[in-house]
Amino acid sequence: MENHFKIVIRDFEVYYGEAMALKGLNLSIQPNQIFAVLGPARSGKTTLLKSLNRLTDLIFGANHKGQIFIDGQEIYGGNVSLPELRRRVGMVFDLPTALPMSIFENIAYGPRLKGIAGRTRLGEIVETSLTAAVLWDEVKDRLHSSALRLSGGQQQRLCIARMLALEPEVLMLDEPCSGLDPISTASIERSLVSLKEKYTILLVPHNIQQASRVADRVGFFLGGELIEEGPSEGIFTRPRMKKTEDYISGRFG
Amino acid sequence: MRISRHFTQETAWVVIAVSAFFTLAVMFWILYQVLREGLPLLHLSFFVDLPREMGRAGGISSTIIGTLALTAVAIVIATPLGVGTAIFLREYTREGRVSRIIRFGTDCLAGVPSIIFGLFGFVFFVIFLGLGWSILSGGLTLAVMILPTIICTAEEAIKSIPYSYREVSYGLGGTRWQTIRKVVLPNAFPGILTGVLLGVGRSVGETAAIILTAGSSFLMPDSLFSPIRTMAVHFYILAREGISMEMAYATGAGLIILILIINTTANWLLFRYVHKG
Repeated sequence: MENHFKIVIRDFEVYYGEAMALKGLNLSIQPNQIFAVLGPARSGKTTLLKSLNRLTDLIFGANHKGQIFIDGQEIYGGNVSLPELRRRVGMVFDLPTALPMSIFENIAYGPRLKGIAGRTRLGEIVETSLTAAVLWDEVKDRLHSSALRLSGGQQQRLCIARMLALEPEVLMLDEPCSGLDPISTASIERSLVSLKEKYTILLVPHNIQQASRVADRVGFFLGGELIEEGPSEGIFTRPRMKKTEDYISGRFG
Repeated sequence: MRISRHFTQETAWVVIAVSAFFTLAVMFWILYQVLREGLPLLHLSFFVDLPREMGRAGGISSTIIGTLALTAVAIVIATPLGVGTAIFLREYTREGRVSRIIRFGTDCLAGVPSIIFGLFGFVFFVIFLGLGWSILSGGLTLAVMILPTIICTAEEAIKSIPYSYREVSYGLGGTRWQTIRKVVLPNAFPGILTGVLLGVGRSVGETAAIILTAGSSFLMPDSLFSPIRTMAVHFYILAREGISMEMAYATGAGLIILILIINTTANWLLFRYVHKG
């Protein structure tokens, strides 16, 4: 096993019933980098993310072939604890979903499941996570009011904070800026860049510009297939494949 | 001649308003009738005294206790079973043969007339299990009777919780049980409460099944194994046997007040629950 890779994916395929969502994927992802998963709708981006923390297990009829290793451990192996895996590999969904409870309880949800109960400890976690997700200043005075009253963009940052509260090793963000204004987007991007010091980040970018701003490496997916993968400067300036070039130059997608 | 759109609108409004009016009118008429005859007889002593002379005199205290005890037993038994079944159907199985069989079974149970439940309770709880005419036999019978309602409403309530909530909970490292306990059940609570209230209503109003399984003794019960008479049964016997129409109406008025108290309390609980955050 190549030691310097955080995630190694080998001949990995996912089917939903008969439909193939990911085809023969081979991909290795280094730690402390932002890896952008680029591609048009239905190209397998979300399936890739959900495979990495096995949320695909919840989908009826989903099947897989091949292997995924995180830190050398086969995550589809027999002795993997799913809650443990999902704490290590955190995910933010494309639709921000605040649970119908207070802001504080939303953030404390994951840590509580892990068994952290102390009020002060939880308070610290909530503050750190909200600060990292650039939301603390807006909500610090109303932590105990319902999270459902937050705006769409605020809910999105709440979801990021909620994931950070678990201190995962891998962060997966599925279009985390789709509902955000340019200023919040910029602050999220800044925090992503600083977060990569500690974490491995997989990002489904909101658009190609975002990928070029923050990503270290980019993988371009089309129809469940990885078309091209490489350092982001390379992909955006000298794509090797015709399809990649067509996509990033806006000819389709 | 074509009917103008305006005319259709007007007609629809009139038809709908008239049906709403009739529904309300019937309800208020029944309430008025029972309360007009019954209310003048309602004194504190009526609620705290035992019935005397077959119910011709005295109060209805033992029947109030009987009603509450029987309903409590039914709810305490049927709620966990019903909610458990609903959780099983929604969170632990996919739509398939097992869930179809369970759902078919509950649909059948829901359509069975209450006297059949009474007969079943009499044969099974009273005779076979030897529980006799008792609060326990009656409560168990009522529990079986209200189970389909509770299953059905709880299942609807659980079904209405967005899939994304569950995904979030699992994604944050929640186990299935943690997800059910912390996300599914709290959000389904108002719906579940509605089902339980329907069950309470049915238990409080039931007569035939209760006479067969809990007897009709109006002595004060002293344990779960005592036979009892509920307010509805008391009302039925007083009116049917021609013992005392006045006392029957008074009991009816008492029953209506009891139901109002239960529903108000439940609504208040629900309001507090929904508006706490």
